[in-house]
Amino acid sequence: MARRNPSMSGGSAEAPVALALGAARRTVARFPLHVAIIGLMVLWSVPTIALLVSSFREPTAIASSGWWNAIKEPFDLTVGNYQSVLEKQGMARAFVNSIIITVPSTVLVILVAALAAYAFAWMKFPARNLLFLLMVALLVVPVQMTLIPVLRLYTDVTVDAELPLLGGRIFGTSSYVGIWVAHTAYGLPFAIYLLRNFFGSLPRDLFESAYLDGASDVGVFFRIVLPLSMPAISALAIFQFLWVWNDLLVALILLGDPTLAPMTLKITSLVSSFGTNYQVLTAAAFISMALPLFIFFALQRYFVQGILAGAVKG
Amino acid sequence: MARVNFDHVTKRFDNVVAVNDFSLEIPDREFLALVGPSGCGKSTTLRLLAGLEEISEGDIYIGDRLVNNVAAKDRDIAMVFQSYALYPHMSVYDNMAFGLSLRKLPKEDIGHRVHEAAQILGIEDLLKRKPRQLSGGQRQRVALGRAIVRDPAAFLLDEPLSNLDAKLRVQTRAELSKLHQRLGATFIYVTHDQVEAMTMATRIAVMNEGLLQQVGAPQELYDWPDNVFVAGFIGSPSMNFFEAKVAGSQEGMHLDTGIFRVPVPASRVNDLLSYLGKEIIFGIRPENICDPECQPASADAAPVTAQVDVTELMGSEVFLHLVAGGKLFMARVDPRTRARPGQEIRVEFDMGHMHAFDPQTEEAIRSKEKGQPSRGQAG
Amino acid sequence: MLGRRWWTPWLWLAPALALLGVFLVYPVVDTLRRSFLDERSKNFVGLDNYRFIIDNPQPLVSDTHSALLNNVMWLTLFTAITVSLGLIIAVLAGRVRYEAVAKSAIFIPMAISFVAASVIWRFMYEFNSDIGTANAAVTSLGGDATAWLQNTNAPQTWLTDAGPDTLPRPIQINNLALVMVGVWMWTGFAMIVLSAGLKGISTEVLEAARVDGANEWQIFWRVIIPIMSPTIVVVATTLVIQGLKKFDLVWVMTGGRFKTDVVATLFYKEAFRIGDFGVGAALAVVLLLWVLPIMVISIRRFQFQEETR
Repeated sequence: MARRNPSMSGGSAEAPVALALGAARRTVARFPLHVAIIGLMVLWSVPTIALLVSSFREPTAIASSGWWNAIKEPFDLTVGNYQSVLEKQGMARAFVNSIIITVPSTVLVILVAALAAYAFAWMKFPARNLLFLLMVALLVVPVQMTLIPVLRLYTDVTVDAELPLLGGRIFGTSSYVGIWVAHTAYGLPFAIYLLRNFFGSLPRDLFESAYLDGASDVGVFFRIVLPLSMPAISALAIFQFLWVWNDLLVALILLGDPTLAPMTLKITSLVSSFGTNYQVLTAAAFISMALPLFIFFALQRYFVQGILAGAVKG
Repeated sequence: MARVNFDHVTKRFDNVVAVNDFSLEIPDREFLALVGPSGCGKSTTLRLLAGLEEISEGDIYIGDRLVNNVAAKDRDIAMVFQSYALYPHMSVYDNMAFGLSLRKLPKEDIGHRVHEAAQILGIEDLLKRKPRQLSGGQRQRVALGRAIVRDPAAFLLDEPLSNLDAKLRVQTRAELSKLHQRLGATFIYVTHDQVEAMTMATRIAVMNEGLLQQVGAPQELYDWPDNVFVAGFIGSPSMNFFEAKVAGSQEGMHLDTGIFRVPVPASRVNDLLSYLGKEIIFGIRPENICDPECQPASADAAPVTAQVDVTELMGSEVFLHLVAGGKLFMARVDPRTRARPGQEIRVEFDMGHMHAFDPQTEEAIRSKEKGQPSRGQAG
Repeated sequence: MLGRRWWTPWLWLAPALALLGVFLVYPVVDTLRRSFLDERSKNFVGLDNYRFIIDNPQPLVSDTHSALLNNVMWLTLFTAITVSLGLIIAVLAGRVRYEAVAKSAIFIPMAISFVAASVIWRFMYEFNSDIGTANAAVTSLGGDATAWLQNTNAPQTWLTDAGPDTLPRPIQINNLALVMVGVWMWTGFAMIVLSAGLKGISTEVLEAARVDGANEWQIFWRVIIPIMSPTIVVVATTLVIQGLKKFDLVWVMTGGRFKTDVVATLFYKEAFRIGDFGVGAALAVVLLLWVLPIMVISIRRFQFQEETR
């Protein structure tokens, strides 16, 4: 039964009336399909919409009636919750902290991983395959396995210094450098894995041609590999950015100083101190979601690529 | 410009010997074609010369310089890859200028050389385009242009025509020959297509299973193949082989295949004298089997009866697939032939063009000097 | 390549190897070591820390049994629901014209943090049915409001009516409520990967099956699912790892109270709140033991990919 796909029914030789009837019947038959999909879409969107709407309602309104009532009084919306959270609760500082933590961690991972991935993909050296297998194994090691020794190590090597921007410490616990390096290391197995596979899929001829043209490894890396790998690097950058931006555990353990805390940490402490004061929590949560959502909508293509490549990552 | 010399070069990959004790001297300005079936080691040989693979044993010289341990970029050679290997993110101009800018040439020099090469190849109006905006033939020219601007000691070409369609390939063959004459450079050209080798090369080197089989001018290889492999590889359709016994005497020598008997022409009797009463491999090219109805018989023609299995009409000629005694062979005859499938016909073997090989060594049986002229059409 | 010095590759690898050594390889070995030492990592205590996990001597402070059981539940329920939902949505969404929009809606939660998601869902699960969306929906359908995050009872289902009074231990209302948040966040991932797999199936194969007389249902089970099985395995392994390490979600939503602890939250409490590095390390090792099979699978798969490259 070679049933025709509804979307390609245009070329059929049926009479117009029969065609219209058929189309109508198909629409009816597909009604449950549309209900199911739209139902799921609504179900999946409601929580986020609820948060967004509530974050703009007056505190008294949030505490006394459901967010769906906002439709009845659309002009009672306010940005007061945001003002209060950003100023009084220190979310503004936490937002800056999140950026200070995330951006260098992302850049570092890409740089270090790209160098290693180039070696893995295009250089011959003893134990290459063994080392790469180790990398694949490290891909799924739970980060919990490393936290106790890393914390001990950090407390041993903490270096205090009054420097601008670095928050009073050069390295160790409660230092930006410490958390940059840790996030870089935790992101490496996946980053190397992803980039090595991408570099390895570039045609060998290109490399050989460049070597013959007189390029050194450094030349090939910067003038051939990096420009051609922008899709993979973008995907990796987005993935790593979100991973660090959304991280709670590593920051919880390695950042003791609350003035350095990123938003995830800040919100967690708001949850324990404000419990059900949703005017604070909803606004804070939405501030932390704004950048990821922007990335999601602006760079969806790379985002999806990163997700597809990220299967398996722990 | 320089000569290239391979001196007992061997290349092993783990346990596989890809190139086995390969020795060959390529004089300056030669167009050498390296042919053989896929996996015969011809590409590896080229890559050894380019410095893309390390030599296991032996020496390679470019000019007078031993280059065994010289990095690819310092060998002063340029290579055209089968895939063209154009840098997809650079314009045609930048592709061609890449090697020169890495060598820190002044900007005007680079511009001058790129435009000159582009002019030679007729791609001046493409310089601003990206490789993906080019057709296959244009890409191939850019790849050539990238080699030309470098003005290298030798051009290495690895199957550069295999990604072109048939018509363009024929056209580009002629252009490559012209380019070789114009540049006066050493060309080393790897291909699996013996037609390309025959049409362009000044000399051909045939390889099989890592071993160099024979080197010589195209016509020489066609007329005087050194062994069964070269005989079968050069020429299309390839040579027919029969197992045959040398019978009779010095006065009346003939070959007996068990299916038919054909006389040995007087000029070849001396070569085969020591094989009297023994087995040999008898070879004859399809173009040396003719239909007597439409072609005058030659002096050494020997009649053979066979059944027509299939006829392939090529326009200017007809390929007959023939069967005799269960043995399949081919003839390349005049298009006026009236042979039809299923018919029994009589064809004539032009024994003046016969080939004979030793069944054990598969080497050609002949007196050492290749003096006797033997005229055949090049494939 | 010719002319490259032998140490050049090591120079390129050096930063990565140094970081991996200090932050992953050495800590894994050190955590293993500490799991056999006492709470300050001073004296050797043999298997005492593991015995602590198995015997569960302090169920009120750190209920290891409940954490282990909850982890098993996360591994199975979370993975099974997410994969099935992801597959269903991938198949359904592929049949409508607004596929991209539909997928975006499902996919958005993937971008936000578990912390933000926890806030969202604490709000959704709020007990007061005037505020909490879940209870508002339940009460408007005539049910009773539930304290979703505190209720440790088994859900009332036909199964509990027909069979045993209560479902097996970890299946309790608050655990399920937490799992659903995980499902909400990760279904988009499963859907995207599976949908890419579906798009990769050649239409000719499906047409051949139709010509052979298969109906849509048979095509789904006997053609699509077998072809998709490698992709399904990849998705499932990723989700298992996620389910295993789940920390943020449980920590922010319930703090592990009301028998919702998982090994990852218990690890954090033991190692960094109670300060017992021995038990903490042993719990981390338990997590590692759970990932070992996946590690072996992914190494095998990688080797297979390399061979077939």
